[in-house]
Amino acid sequence: MKSASGKVGSEAIESKGWIGAHKWLLLRRFSQLTILALFLLSPWLAKLTEVWLIKGNLASSLTLNIIPLTDPYVLLQSIVAGQWPISTGFIGAFIIAAFYFIIGGRVYCSWVCPINIVTDVAAWLRDKLKLKGGVTMNRHTRFWILGFTLLLSLLTGTLAWELINPVSIVFRSLIFGMGLAWGMILAIFLLDFAVSRRAWCGHLCPVGAFYSLLGKKSLIRVDAYQREKCDDCMDCFIVCPEQQVIKQPLKGADKGISSIINSSQCTNCGRCIDVCAEDVFKFNSKLKKSN
Amino acid sequence: MNKSRRKFLTDSVRTVSTVGLAALGLGLYARQTSASLPAQAIRPPGAIAEEDFLGACVRCGLCVRDCPYDTLHLAELGSAVANGTPYFIARQTPCEMCEDIPCVVACPTGALDHSLTNIDDARMGLAVVIDKEGCIAFQGLRCEVCYNVCPVRDKAITLDTRHNKRTGMHAYQVPVVHSDACTGCGKCEEACIVDGESAIKIVPMRLAQSGGSPHYRLGWEEKKQAGGSLVTPDVKHEYNLPDDLDYDYSGKGLIKKGEEKTGDAEQNDTPFSSNPLDTLNRKGGL
Repeated sequence: MKSASGKVGSEAIESKGWIGAHKWLLLRRFSQLTILALFLLSPWLAKLTEVWLIKGNLASSLTLNIIPLTDPYVLLQSIVAGQWPISTGFIGAFIIAAFYFIIGGRVYCSWVCPINIVTDVAAWLRDKLKLKGGVTMNRHTRFWILGFTLLLSLLTGTLAWELINPVSIVFRSLIFGMGLAWGMILAIFLLDFAVSRRAWCGHLCPVGAFYSLLGKKSLIRVDAYQREKCDDCMDCFIVCPEQQVIKQPLKGADKGISSIINSSQCTNCGRCIDVCAEDVFKFNSKLKKSN
Repeated sequence: MNKSRRKFLTDSVRTVSTVGLAALGLGLYARQTSASLPAQAIRPPGAIAEEDFLGACVRCGLCVRDCPYDTLHLAELGSAVANGTPYFIARQTPCEMCEDIPCVVACPTGALDHSLTNIDDARMGLAVVIDKEGCIAFQGLRCEVCYNVCPVRDKAITLDTRHNKRTGMHAYQVPVVHSDACTGCGKCEEACIVDGESAIKIVPMRLAQSGGSPHYRLGWEEKKQAGGSLVTPDVKHEYNLPDDLDYDYSGKGLIKKGEEKTGDAEQNDTPFSSNPLDTLNRKGGL
């Protein structure tokens, strides 16, 4: 049941301590900021040591002057636009696709994407100020946007989404020069804060939609392995950026539904694990579970 | 039709329409961007044609990182160049034409053509002496800076000696650019000594060259191709030649007596009468 103070996660903080109740959140922020820091520091390090840790940006990069990494969604836009990339681009896209295919497509969203920090802050502030309501959107909208970006790439022969993609623009701008990209950060923040809760990452972003399709069969998933211990405090549901994914695995024991959160929209952010005082959730491997 | 199905359908129609509306806007923006590259923004060596480039460049900045002279920039959001794509401004920092072309090697897609292995084959643009009123060489002063800094020296830019009519006794040494050698690196534009904008500028290939005028034939070129004159042989001269000279009617002109005449047979084919009065009295043009 809801704790006396009524604040989300306060029970978990009581039982696990603040760090314990924010473990996955802290790890995610560390991951997001480390990736950004590597891109930012590499040019400086290269001047001192002549070794490039990583160069480029999330669209395409080169690690230690050997390993190419390319965003498969960006490359797909290019191919649809009628431009066949050289093998470097293909190898890079294959590595990224294989990686997220295994660990969960939308892990990109919660562990890498710089916009996630902005939308998390907006959602946190929105809840803090008890802002309710706003425009309702369909969670499938992102797939329509994904489809239209590819159609537009085909029709215009350009990388249509990359002209306005906040994910790549913000990340690139932080590394190569800000320009007006701060306006984009502000726009995404205001959208999520004022217009609709979790509007960008949860409803509109075609990058997330693409990666969710990529991770449909992924092996690492959140597992409500102790769902019988759930005391219906609703904390996991409140913090979850994709609330629709939790209910069935958590409450479907009677109907014989697996306790694994199998929806490809789950971003493996681990906030539900953090805020649950009863330790209902943990990360699990699908292979292990089926054995 | 049951209620939930109806709701699903209306919701879907609404979503698709809204997204479609936004997509129309984005499509318009994409179209506009692909046609609005400013002329002074020069793409890196090997860049494919602009409309293809915007579909091939993934905006990763690897070319920018591998440029040893910090020549290349990635366009920031809000600039007139499509955001995230590489370019350089020749007047500020020109391309140094590295022999190993690291920017092309770094490109993970086909945006920079990997078949470009000799930097002299690059065609980033074409240098054009755009302000002849500003260029001091056209005023009769000696400058030659653009000629001297050109990495394809004496091929891409040559100096043309012309008569200075103002003084009547001096020469102009004016720069002339040759498109068969100019790579568009921009060294000349950077070095040009005039204030402000350069008098010689790199102009993108799409703007720099005309389609020519194939319906005009250049007589001297045609003659070279045909191996001989294509026009009717000269009219026989009716005036006295100096004692030791003779006249060759099929192209040689004045020759020393005894030297071999070419095409004496053609002379007999001449459409002109042997009587000079016929030529003088003839009506109409030739």
